[in-house]
Amino acid sequence: MKEFAYERPADVRDALIAADGGGRYLGGGTNLVDLMKEGVEAPTRLVDVRRLPLAGVSEAPDGGLVIGATTTNSDLAAHPEVRRRYPALSQAVLAGASGQLRNMATVGGNLLQRTRCAYFAAQVCNKRVPGTGCPAIAGEHHNHAILGWTRSCVATHPSDMAVAMLAFDAVVRYETLDGPGEIPLEDFYPPVGDTPHRETALPQGALITAVALPGSAVSPRSRYRKVRERASYAFATVSIAAGLDLDAGSVRIALGGVASRPWRARTAEAFLLEGPLTPEAFRAAADAELAAAEPLPGNGYKVRLAGNLIETVLKELRP
Amino acid sequence: MNAVGVAQPRIEGRDKVTGAARYAADVPVPGLAFGAVVLATVSRGRVRDINVSAVQDMPGVLGVIDHRNAPRLDPKAGGFFGPDGQLQLLQDEVIPFAGRPVALVVAETLELAQAAAEALPVTYDEEPHDTVFTADHPAGRPAATLFDEPVNVGDVEAELAAASVVIDERYRTPEEHCSAMEPHSATAWWEGERLEAIDSNQGPFTVAVTLATLFSLSPDQVHIRTEHVGGGFGSKGLCGPQLILAAMAGRLFGRPVRVTLTRAQVFLATAMRPATDQLIRIGADADGRLRAIWHEPAFEISTLAEYIEGCTELTKTLYAARAIRTRLTAVPLDILPPYSMRGPGAAPGSFALESAMDELAERLGMDPLELRLRNEPVAGPVSGLPFSSRNLVACLREGARRFGWDTRDHRPRLRREGALLVGTGLAASSFSAGAFPSSATITAETDGTFTVAIGATDLGTGARTALTAIAADALKVGTERIRLRISDSGLGPVWSAGGSRGTTSWAWAITEAAEKLRGQGYGGTVTADTTRSLGDLPSRERHAYSAVFAEVTVDPVTGEVRVRRLLGMFAAGRVVNPLMARSQVIGGMIGGLSMALHEEGLRDPVSGRHVNADFAGYHIAAHADVPDIEADFVPDYEPGIPMGVKGVGEIGNVGTAAAIANAVWHATGVRQRSLPIRLDRVLE
Repeated sequence: MKEFAYERPADVRDALIAADGGGRYLGGGTNLVDLMKEGVEAPTRLVDVRRLPLAGVSEAPDGGLVIGATTTNSDLAAHPEVRRRYPALSQAVLAGASGQLRNMATVGGNLLQRTRCAYFAAQVCNKRVPGTGCPAIAGEHHNHAILGWTRSCVATHPSDMAVAMLAFDAVVRYETLDGPGEIPLEDFYPPVGDTPHRETALPQGALITAVALPGSAVSPRSRYRKVRERASYAFATVSIAAGLDLDAGSVRIALGGVASRPWRARTAEAFLLEGPLTPEAFRAAADAELAAAEPLPGNGYKVRLAGNLIETVLKELRP
Repeated sequence: MNAVGVAQPRIEGRDKVTGAARYAADVPVPGLAFGAVVLATVSRGRVRDINVSAVQDMPGVLGVIDHRNAPRLDPKAGGFFGPDGQLQLLQDEVIPFAGRPVALVVAETLELAQAAAEALPVTYDEEPHDTVFTADHPAGRPAATLFDEPVNVGDVEAELAAASVVIDERYRTPEEHCSAMEPHSATAWWEGERLEAIDSNQGPFTVAVTLATLFSLSPDQVHIRTEHVGGGFGSKGLCGPQLILAAMAGRLFGRPVRVTLTRAQVFLATAMRPATDQLIRIGADADGRLRAIWHEPAFEISTLAEYIEGCTELTKTLYAARAIRTRLTAVPLDILPPYSMRGPGAAPGSFALESAMDELAERLGMDPLELRLRNEPVAGPVSGLPFSSRNLVACLREGARRFGWDTRDHRPRLRREGALLVGTGLAASSFSAGAFPSSATITAETDGTFTVAIGATDLGTGARTALTAIAADALKVGTERIRLRISDSGLGPVWSAGGSRGTTSWAWAITEAAEKLRGQGYGGTVTADTTRSLGDLPSRERHAYSAVFAEVTVDPVTGEVRVRRLLGMFAAGRVVNPLMARSQVIGGMIGGLSMALHEEGLRDPVSGRHVNADFAGYHIAAHADVPDIEADFVPDYEPGIPMGVKGVGEIGNVGTAAAIANAVWHATGVRQRSLPIRLDRVLE
């Protein structure tokens, strides 16, 4: 049997000490424990963070919200200020997983969940052991990435929550034994490059403590749309979090299911900021964003789907 | 005092919802050891080496069984398709498909066994494999003809040439996996030369006979119990790998050994429905009367065992046509051996036939319902035999009335609700009915109760409850006086829970035994065997029927198809228990919905291995996908069969996929001829 140590510290510093030297933080365990059962992850020490005083949603001085890392997905989605000010975030969380899983899953853990690429779970690949190849590229990849992937890995990031947070310029706050730090979510997931096993920019041993959502004029007029193969309990084929504020001339677009990380559609946003927000411009902006897409033989449909979604959701947001 | 026909909740329901019911892997057995199965990871080749010494000294490991030390098995063992190579586990180093068991690691606990199994080094000499099914594959050859044999009635070519409208299309269905909720589990031990087992299967008697042959025992030396089973869907009809390996381990280690497959192993090493590719040509006159149906399905099989996916069963009986030609082609590949799954043959076959009929209605500009009514046969179109009872028209008419079919505009792509396209569709279907020889024993107890013993199995369908009612009525006593004993191979020869023939076969045996007991004044013990009376049953076209109606929404922007309404009307003989029968056909319809929209076993094109061997990757309908769904029964009675019953096991599944596919056409104007109807196939 693979034995491991288990600790449940009561404060952040104890957690950092406990995890020092290779411990893994355990939130809801909805992904990590599965991966341990499958033999993908084999931590020698689990540091359960659910007793840490990090849960809850609080006001930020800039008019935004700060979401504690151990807030459950269910509590996040149900929070009245999240629903009022960041409806796409609430919708994204509710579109994910199942009620039971959302009751367990934490915000920090959601950000750190790993790809659901079937090859990653069932056999060795570059993401698990560098240099072992990517079987998905020549293999079954109809759910895989169309943007930003490399020959080393074509897996997608599974989170719905992170897509909405990315659209709202979220910032990840963390703590280390050397003190606190923060990383914009847009930089939190590095490009695939030839290091698909390096999934986040978090320093070694760092513990996510919160996600800060800046105040925004556009976020209250936002929505999340998730396309999937069945009505519930499936990862996104393609998803979109978008916000539109005509008065402020502001637009936010982030996509899920298309890349190794939540994908901020900066090209489309820049295109739209140059001209009037007309329905024709929405399609042109989508085309501009997806000009960079490099679909594989089995997932070309995602280019059309992502384009359709950008155009349709922006039209729906236009008053 | 009739108990048959009365809605009753299942007898063991409370035990199941409180966790008191024990499934095969739950039963405590003293001195138990655990086996973990190791599956081949290459699609074809040979085991070069299994380095047992690498795990032999791990804590708690008792040993490893592989082809070098496994007990020898009798190669004659098999089923109705003949000797079955898939039962010959660990007999040689040959790997015929990825997922073939190559070793069993036995240890003191499940966790220790699994850890050692994961650590066990297995090396292979890989050989080129072929796992890609095509209808025109050079290895294709005529399928076996045990049933659904080829027919050629009338002059198909001449009738097609004379037809006003000809449909000529291909329909494809993918590999689908049975994957019942309860994984396959067996516990086996030897008491001298007697083999005892607790197993999860669909027929302990049949499985015991196979197991006895494998281990060169007489059938009475093998005793299998199967108390509660969490679904089978066909995959537990065989003597499963879990049982064969547990029996081997029990012998080698001299103690009880439990082998439970993991979810992935259930996908990789137990039964699946084969992929099919079906050519259909239908010719009709301008008024919709069929001149010819020509149905030539191809399906994949393994190199290990014969199997028939009888896709043309409905083609031979559902509609009057002057000429009918069918032929099945089997394509052997390096794949998991296919086996019967949820309406085998009929489910993929009806998708093809009923889609083609809808295409014909489209081309004729005719109501698809009217097209079917116009081709109602008076006798078996191929067999010439009379129908024992045929209430398809009643299903179609009553279903149409309840569904509101008469207001349907038959032209496609006319209904919109916001961004969504809305469409409706229907399919007619049938599933063969009948019984197989079975035996039952009834003992009049001194306290006034009756012990009814029959080797039936309850897969979760409510067989226990149904048979209790049947026994009570047959004995003309109340159900409180019936003590039912099932789930035991020692209770005599009996048909399994399969082929929609469990209830009919068992009811027949119980009824005959009850008649005998009543004939001798309700005293003593009697046994009845229905082999002779079944032989006296006149030849007829015997089928259950259904009409399924579906309403779907399609989002053309995303390709998402969602089923909004499903209605099934069934003619399934006398309904033993309306509550459970409705539950069962609704379950079948949800299976058909999953077949239409979700289920698809995916293979890696390079390695040939299954890549979605879990419920995260292999989708079945979630609750949110299950729509407003209703099922009901029209009056029906099967003459010649005691109690007038037909099976309800599979008819719910058959027809649903075509009804949904036809509704998708009606919504979008685009015909979907390949299942599942994935969003990338619908996206505009």
